[in-house]
Order: sequence, then structure tokens, then C-alpha cells
Amino acid sequence: MSEILDPENREKRKGRGFSRRGFMQGIGVTGAVAPALLPEQAQAQTPPGVMGPGAVAITLNINGKPMKATVEPRETLLDTLRNQLDITGAKRVCDRGTCGACSVLVNGKVSYACSILAIDAQGKQITTIEGFAMSGGKPHAVVQAFVNNDAQQCGYCTPGFVVASKAFLDHTPNPTYEQVKDGLGGNLCRCGTYVGVRKAVLEAAKMMKGGSNA
Amino acid sequence: MPNYSWPPMASRKVIGQRLSRTDGIEKASGRAKYNSDLNKPGMLHAVLLTSPFAHAKVKSIDTSAAEKHAGVAAVRVIAPAGTEIQWAGWEIAVVAASTELAARDAVQKIKIEYDIMPHVVVENDLKKVRTRAKPAGEQLEGDPDQAMKEADVTLEASYGIPTLTHCCLEPHGQVIGWGADGKVEFNPSTQSVTSIRGDLARLLSIPTTDIHVHQDHVGGGFGSKFQPDRWGVEAAQLSKAAGGKPVKLFLDRPTELMIAGCRPSGFLNVKLGAKKDGTLTVWQSESWASGGIGGGGSPPIPYVFTKVPNRRQNHTAVSLNTAPIRAWRAPNHQQASYLTCAPLEDLAAKLKMDPLDMFIKNANLTQREDTYVRQLKKAAELSDWKKLWHPRGDAGKGPIKRGLGIGVNTWGGAGHDSTARTTIHPDGTVEVELGSQDLGTGTRTIIAQVAAETLGLRVPDIRVKLGDTNYPPSGTSGGSTTVGGVTSSTRKATVNALDKLLAEVAGGLGAPADQLEAVDGKIQVKGNATKSLTWKAACQKLGVKTVSETGSNVPREAAKEGLNTGGVGGVQIADVSVDVETGVVKMNKLVAVQDIGLVVNPKTAESQVFGACIMSICGALMEERIMDELTGRMLNADMEFYKLAGIKDIGEIVVHFEIDELNDKRGVIGLGEPPAIGGIAAISNAVANAIGTRVPTVPMSPMNVLDALSGRKS
Repeated sequence: MSEILDPENREKRKGRGFSRRGFMQGIGVTGAVAPALLPEQAQAQTPPGVMGPGAVAITLNINGKPMKATVEPRETLLDTLRNQLDITGAKRVCDRGTCGACSVLVNGKVSYACSILAIDAQGKQITTIEGFAMSGGKPHAVVQAFVNNDAQQCGYCTPGFVVASKAFLDHTPNPTYEQVKDGLGGNLCRCGTYVGVRKAVLEAAKMMKGGSNA
Repeated sequence: MPNYSWPPMASRKVIGQRLSRTDGIEKASGRAKYNSDLNKPGMLHAVLLTSPFAHAKVKSIDTSAAEKHAGVAAVRVIAPAGTEIQWAGWEIAVVAASTELAARDAVQKIKIEYDIMPHVVVENDLKKVRTRAKPAGEQLEGDPDQAMKEADVTLEASYGIPTLTHCCLEPHGQVIGWGADGKVEFNPSTQSVTSIRGDLARLLSIPTTDIHVHQDHVGGGFGSKFQPDRWGVEAAQLSKAAGGKPVKLFLDRPTELMIAGCRPSGFLNVKLGAKKDGTLTVWQSESWASGGIGGGGSPPIPYVFTKVPNRRQNHTAVSLNTAPIRAWRAPNHQQASYLTCAPLEDLAAKLKMDPLDMFIKNANLTQREDTYVRQLKKAAELSDWKKLWHPRGDAGKGPIKRGLGIGVNTWGGAGHDSTARTTIHPDGTVEVELGSQDLGTGTRTIIAQVAAETLGLRVPDIRVKLGDTNYPPSGTSGGSTTVGGVTSSTRKATVNALDKLLAEVAGGLGAPADQLEAVDGKIQVKGNATKSLTWKAACQKLGVKTVSETGSNVPREAAKEGLNTGGVGGVQIADVSVDVETGVVKMNKLVAVQDIGLVVNPKTAESQVFGACIMSICGALMEERIMDELTGRMLNADMEFYKLAGIKDIGEIVVHFEIDELNDKRGVIGLGEPPAIGGIAAISNAVANAIGTRVPTVPMSPMNVLDALSGRKS
């Protein structure tokens, strides 16, 4: 018997301000395994403010702007971006948090958009590649360095790499060659552009330090 | 007859420059739209239902519940009752709905009953696949039996290389709309913009001219994206059934890995004989491979060393209940290179000979002896072979063993059929249009370089338009023939257009057209910059006219013109470290020395070789389609367990081209495939050199390495 189904525990949890919404958000973000909860039980316990099971209207903060979408609670942030908001820089490749092609920044941290539910992204600062790649017609240092070093071929993985590289350099502004190899390990490329990516990240680090284009 | 030949190497201004790709910013900033990024008004999303069984007959199929599902616009049955399914992943039905989630839910409501039939999905043991084996007949040269008796040293061994998938990052699929006017707007992910139109027209039984294909970018292909495929045809039919709304159908990752393309396996039992000095005298082999239900996959062995005087080769094609093969970057060559170079190095080890010396000694058995000797020596120099190579297994104390090994390649790579159109506008704008595609190799960029060179302009002055059937037809991006084809057609179209422009401005410069030249942004009297017009001023003389000329590469004639030719060789040398306690192989370095003709852009050319080497590393150490004998399904149809190398796994990669007058005179030769061939052999040989024993089964995963070390058969 799960702890949450136990009436006594449920009372105690209520006292501690337990909300199913918070619980659901917890699942979405951490990927914790949900205790078995039958739909009718969930319905009976549902406090106000719970989202779903049908489509719900949400607002997401994307690249500094509020954007409205109607999503089912099971819809990923990636699919909401691509299918509803026409923000397509993040690509759907593995769809299972392995390849990094869908990388976005969530509160400044690089994240796989295929592994976050859209409803869980509410209230967070989502930055996609569209949010920083170009500014005033000028490419971001990372973008320019990717071009200079031909760190791309078919280009499908490239936006994900650029997002991951930016986040990496935000946290590691003076990387060593070895750190670059560790830091970009969450992204895969089928054409094999890694040699260019390594050089690009090191060059971008220099460009950003030099204040050109940071 | 206009002079189309390439300008001399020393006088080129744009061709041969290390320029960044022209669509680089667009791609790196995420603004490049691939067809899988399209969101069209009213667009429906389609989802395929595929067979979970490798061999079965569809007994019944009921789509009524799916049809009633909210949001569903159209449902089609692809495999009606009675259909015999031949592989897991076979398309059964397809649903189009207003959202992808609705389509997914609806697909799950389709009820199917199957009669399950026996399947065969594993071929590593030829004895187990008996009825599925089709011998291809014997090839015989010389007297192998006698030669084997006379040989000073013989080697008998077995090797295997598994099926790989293409794993294109942009999955196969398209957005397609079949309007009420009968016109089809087709936005596929393809490596053949021109020919996919005719292929779809045939499958839909409509005129080719009713189909318009458009694609700006393609997210990988590697030989798997030539055809419209069943999902293209079905998406078109769904659109028609839904009143012409555009339908988006791209495969999900498991389906992509199961049915959208793979490379055949390759297995070999071989017996070799040689003289004491390492001269190879006899090759006898039994090979087998599977390319899915149709069999197929016949590696050309012995590879490169084709002139072994005494040979007997038997090959068997095995039919499996798996999806069919597609061309995979240098089809059959990677397997052939591995299945040849691995036994050769094993023979060298038995002879206690340095394999570098043995490969050089036998270079006369190849079609280009001088090239391979030169390349073997160059690759040895770049890999520090003389210092780092050691007799097999003599890798010193401690658990980390280092070793080096060799692999070789050869490829054609001449130019395909291609027509280009160059248009010069009165304001000086230049457009080059081709129904070609940029697979990621930099095709757009090198076309701009050729046009700019021809017109005395810079790359940003040229607008290259690709990926549309409104442009002149151009070949498929396969066989490393694109760069040869499009540079030749672009050169010809642009020379033709320039000749027209020169005729228009000749009067104004007081010289006949054939005494004018386009150089440094000017049209001038040859060698006389004082008698000139700026490019803009010259184009203004056109008045209201435009100059628009075409030019074609004709493969049969291309070699005569010298614009492009085919036929290259290359050598890879790998340097690895192996932890004999964990079985983990670490890449230190991979050297690629590659024969190449005229190099239009060394920067993008190098990128292709880096990529080719990295694909070899993936294939040597990680990639493998794993089929489950019991269920008949692919066990690793995802990117977590179908492993690709990451940025940390590749070590250092060194590329060497022979860019010189001699090679330049051969014209453009395609490069995508050859450097992807020899790496697996080189890495396998390096591992054997390091640990003192052959890991006969690729990939050299920790399990296979430890199995080989402990004498277990993997």
C-alpha cells in the first residue's frame, strides 16, 4: 500500500500543504516513478488547480516573452515548441533524452526539451536557440565560431550543440580542451562534426572573453 | 566551342579557398528550416502503425474505433487481411489527425489479429539459416589448391561485421498535400530532389508535372533517402482523403532505426597463403551476408588487392525477416575492407612481419600501386608508425595496451547527370539554379565558388538556389557523385552565360567578345585593366534583358572534358589503447590519407573526411543492430542502446590530401564515401596489434574484446 493512499498519511500530508499539482510537477521534473493511483481515486482526491487530463491553456515564458499554448499534460515542451509555437530550432531526434538535439535552456541550465512536460515548464525562463543566436543581425560568438570552424554538416544536430556550447561556456568561460570534450558529451552528431565542434567551442571562449560578440 | 576547362591552379581566386559554408549561419542559428520543421496551415499529423512480428499473416484488421477517435481526419489500411508481413516494423495502417497525440491514440485503437509464422533474424551462424541461404556461385582464378600446397605460410580464420543502421538524425518522412486541383506539394527529407518526383508520380499514377518538390535542407541521408517510400505514398493518400490538407508524417525513432535503412552484415571464413617474404599467393574464401528479406550484400573480396593470382571465392546471400538494406555510405566497401585487411594483418603477424611492409610488398596486386605505396608511407609518417608499431601482442606491461593498424579504400566518385542554369540580371545579380540538394557536404558553397571563379566575382555575389523541381534536373546525392556533377554543370552554365554577357558589352569596350575576360569584379580586355567595365556597369548594358544559360554534366563525356573523373585510393591508420581488464578501446588517433582530384573547398572537404573517420569509429567500436532471435524484433531501436560515438570518443583525427598539380588535372572527384571505408579495418587491426589477438567480431565492444582475450567465441 502506497503512502499516499493511506488516509492517515494523506491527512498528515494535507497538514504539510501537500498538493497534487506540486506532486505531479515533481514527477515531471525529476522523472520519479509515480505510485499506482487509479484514475477514479486521483479524480476523487483532485484538489483545485490540477491540470488535465484533457488539454489545458498554459502560458510559457520563451525567450523573454509570454506565449500561450493549449497542451495536454503529457505533451513535451519540445512538441509544444515545435508543433504549436513554430519554434523549430530544437529538433526531435531520439525523443528520449539521449542525443541533445532538442537542447534548450531552462532557467539558464541546458536541458533536453523532449524530457520536460510543457506544463512543468510554466513559470520558468525557457531560452531556445532563437532567443540568443542572432542579435541586431549579428551572430552570437558561439554561432560564428561554429561557422568559422565548419562545426556542422547536415546541420540537424547543430542548434542543439550551439545551445549546449553556450550553456557550457556560461559556466566554464575558460575551458581546457579536455573540459570541452567532457562538457559537450550530452550531444550526438551522425555526420561526425566533433572535430569542428571542439575547435569552435575553444574559439568562442576566446571571442567571448575578448568582448567581441559576447 | 566555349572553353569550359578549369582555370590553372595558380590563377584561381575562389576555387581552392578555405571558405566557410554559405548557409553556416542559417544552420548554426537554428533558422534553417528542414521539411520536418514545417508547420502549414490546417496541417494534419500522421502516425504509422507497424507490425510487432517479424513474420506473420494479417488475419483481420478493424479500424472503426480509430476512425471515430476525436480529431481523426483519415485512416488507411496498408496491410489488409491476408498480407504476409516479412519484418517487424512493416507498415500496417496509418492515421492522420489534427494533432500528433490524437493520431497516436487513434493508432492504438486499431485492432489486428495476426497468424504468427516462423522467422529467422540472426545470420552469424550459416548452419542455422539453411533454407534461407542462396549460394551465389563460385569465382575461380588460377589454381588455389596447388598454390595453397606451395605456400610457405597459410592462415585460416573467421571474421564478422554486423548490420548497421543509417540512423539519420532527421528521420525519414515528409509534409505532403494533394490538392483538389490534383497538384501535389511534396516536402520530403531526401537526397534526391529531382528523381524523387518521378518516383512518387509513378507510385501515385499521376503525371510528374503535377508534383512540386521543395526542400531547403536535409538532416542526413547516408544513402537511405532516395525513394518516396511507403510513408510518402500513404501520406499523399491520407491528404487526398482529408480533402487536400497537408499531412506531416515523419517516422518516430524506433521505426526509423528498424525500417528506414541499414547496411548488410558480412561474415567470412578465409584461407590465405603467402611466401616467406610476405608475397600473397592465394586467397580462398567463403563469405555470407544478409541484406534483409531480399538477401543481398556481397562485399567485393579480396578488396583492393584484387590481383591475387590464385583465388577461389564463394558467397552466400542470406534472407532474413528484417527490413531491406539501403545504400550505406560506400555500400559493401567497408565490409570488404575489413574482411580483407584483417586477415592480411593476421597473416603478417603469423609471418612475424610488419604489416606496413607487407601491404607495400603486395601493392602490385592493386589497381594503383604507386598511389597506395605513397599513401601507406605518408600515413605511416603521420601516425609515427616506425616508432609506435610493435610486433603483435608485444605491448609491454600493465593493463593498457597500445597498438596500430592499417585499412585501405578505393572508390569511383565521378560526376552524375546534372544541369545548372546561370542567370545574370541587369543589376548584376547572379543566380545559379539546380534541382540538387546540399546533403551537408557544402554543395551550395562549392557551386557558388565555381560560379564566382568563372565570373570574376566573390562568393557572396552568387545566389545559389537548390532543392526545387522548378530548377533544372540534377542527380541523386549518392556514390559521391554530386560535387563532380554540379561543379561541372555550374561551370558550363556560367561560362555560357558569361559568353552571352561578353557579346553584349564587346562593342562598348571596343574589342571582340573573345578578347574579353571577367576578373576581379570587372569585365576587361584580356590583360588590360584600363579597358574595363565594372561588373555592375557591364550588366547594365543588358538593358531589360537577362542572360540565362544552362550547362550539363554528361557522365559519359565528363572525363574527356577533364572537369571531373573518378577513381581514388586511400589509407587509414588507427592508433588505439585497449584496457585488457575492462575491454574498453580508446581511440588515440586516426590518420586518413586520401587521394583526391581538384579540391574546390579544402575546409568542407576536410569536414567530410573527419565525419567519415568518425563514422568508422562508431562502426568499429559501438554500432550494431541487435536482433532478438525469440521475438524477431530489434532490441536496440533507440539511440540509447544503438550507440554512436560522442565528442569524447573519437581521439585525434588527422587528414591528409594530396593537393597538387598532378591530382588537380584529374578534375573534381567525389569524396564523401572513400574515407569512410578503411577505418573499421584499421581500428580492428590496431586492437589486434595492441592485445595480441584478433577480436574477430565487430564492433569491438568491451564484451567482444574480453571474449577474444579469454578465448571465448562471441
